[in-house]
Amino acid sequence: MNQVPLTHILIVSTALFFIGMYGLFTRRNLITMLMSIELILNSVNINFIAFNRYLYPQRLEGVFFTLFVIAIAAAEAAVAIAIIINLYRNFHSIDVETADEMKF
Amino acid sequence: MWAGIILSLRQELMITILIFVLLVYKIGASEYKTNALLNGINLLLLANLIVGFFPCPDATSFSGMFHTNRLIVLEKNMLNLGTLLISLQAYDWLKSHRHVPEFYMLLLATLTGFFFMISSGNLLLFYLGLELSSIPLAALASFDLEKRQSSEGAMKFILSAAFSSALLLFGISLLYGATGTLGFDTIVQRLDGSAFQLFAFILILSGFAFKIAAVPFHLWTADVYEGSPVTVTAYLSVISKGAVFFIFIQLLYTVFKPIATSWYRILIILSVLSITVGNLFALRQNRLKRLLAFSSIAQSGFILAGVIGSSRIGEASVVYFILIYIFSNLGAFGVVSLISAQTGKETISDYRGLYANNPALSWVMAISLFSLAGIPPTAGFFGKFFLLMAGAGKGNYVFITIAALNMVISLYYYLKVVKAIFMDKPEQPIEKLVIPLLPNIAFIVCVAGTIITGLAGWIYDYIYSLSIGL
Repeated sequence: MNQVPLTHILIVSTALFFIGMYGLFTRRNLITMLMSIELILNSVNINFIAFNRYLYPQRLEGVFFTLFVIAIAAAEAAVAIAIIINLYRNFHSIDVETADEMKF
Repeated sequence: MWAGIILSLRQELMITILIFVLLVYKIGASEYKTNALLNGINLLLLANLIVGFFPCPDATSFSGMFHTNRLIVLEKNMLNLGTLLISLQAYDWLKSHRHVPEFYMLLLATLTGFFFMISSGNLLLFYLGLELSSIPLAALASFDLEKRQSSEGAMKFILSAAFSSALLLFGISLLYGATGTLGFDTIVQRLDGSAFQLFAFILILSGFAFKIAAVPFHLWTADVYEGSPVTVTAYLSVISKGAVFFIFIQLLYTVFKPIATSWYRILIILSVLSITVGNLFALRQNRLKRLLAFSSIAQSGFILAGVIGSSRIGEASVVYFILIYIFSNLGAFGVVSLISAQTGKETISDYRGLYANNPALSWVMAISLFSLAGIPPTAGFFGKFFLLMAGAGKGNYVFITIAALNMVISLYYYLKVVKAIFMDKPEQPIEKLVIPLLPNIAFIVCVAGTIITGLAGWIYDYIYSLSIGL
């Protein structure tokens, strides 16, 4: 059976990582920035699963790490959205540019 | 078997029990007296601190995931002590706050996270501990719900914390790909310094540099420190930073030992940049919280100088300095916290002539700032001296000279505050403030610690006898 080689999967995950990073640095909407961080976390998950499946199939450490990353990403998103809602109550906007009370 | 596991997990279990007690109390009691509750919680924290000092055997449990030894127990006790001091100082701010049980639940959850992080022997447990601490910290940062600055600071904190742990995770995943394992003791056997492994290491290092606010990654620090409530700022700058340094030095000295020559150079650059930039930015601040934020960036540069020493003295001096840093920084933050809670004033110009009406607070502030600056009778001098001595052990004298020169620059902004307090004529002086009992105890402990830790030589000797080094 022809398998997809490991490098192809790593290219996908690395691309996802940098797309997430680019999104985080350029987007100004807080929800979109949060989504960019989720992209980075997903690229990490792909890495773990791929390494586990291709290189070290005898133990499942990578798969378990992925499960924990997914759970923690959900917790992080919950807290981040709570903070964003509170920010919206105070500033009436979820654009990072409006939250500029403190500078230098 | 079970008794051994429970004994080695003792400090984590204590904190978890405290969290559950608070949770049940919060659900059960619809009406509570904030004052009595605060006294009760502080007593429980004191009991927790005392129990922590009972001797604990070295142990490794859960197939190497969790390990503890006497140095780790000592580090956890230091974090317990710092949390108790912060909780005592928070009294004035919390007594009028509506969400006291929630505050302590979140605070103790972060502390549990730090404990698991310090004791971890596996990257999975390390990551879980790190997140268990950084997610509740973000919630704590926005604890002044109605204040715009607080929610802005919390937003900046959660985004940068999430980004930094994402970088760290990407590094961990690459390291897993390169070595095929997550356990610290097995990773070290398979590290050979190939380019792939170095790339993974740099990602992990930048995640750490975010958490300790070393310079190219420090941009979130000042805003988060200024926006958060003073108590949370103190926690962030002392406990959080200290805990991350403890695990950082363990990782560098044990796991990344085979690539020591590579991280040595990177850390020198980080250290020089942190000390210099932190000091230069602190010069122009007028708001005290912001000044202390930049001063804490410079202090982490100094701690990195000790880490660079990569010897037994290096490890001992870092732990010793963090102990001193807990006392002196918490003394300074305690004064800022008390004055901010009672009058709302937070700038240096508001502190002019503080000595006229509040001599006790002025002396606490002055002693703490002298210790932070590193002036001889206080412990800060001995701490910095040991750090620089450890850094010089490798023979890099140019670097040590830069660090030592920066201590002179830092004197300017610390003494600026002292001058405002003692010598300037006030236009509207702060009236005489009443110091409640609990913050008063905290001040006495901080000042005593700042002086005694430096003079009592056995403390350093004890830490030195526990440390292992590279």
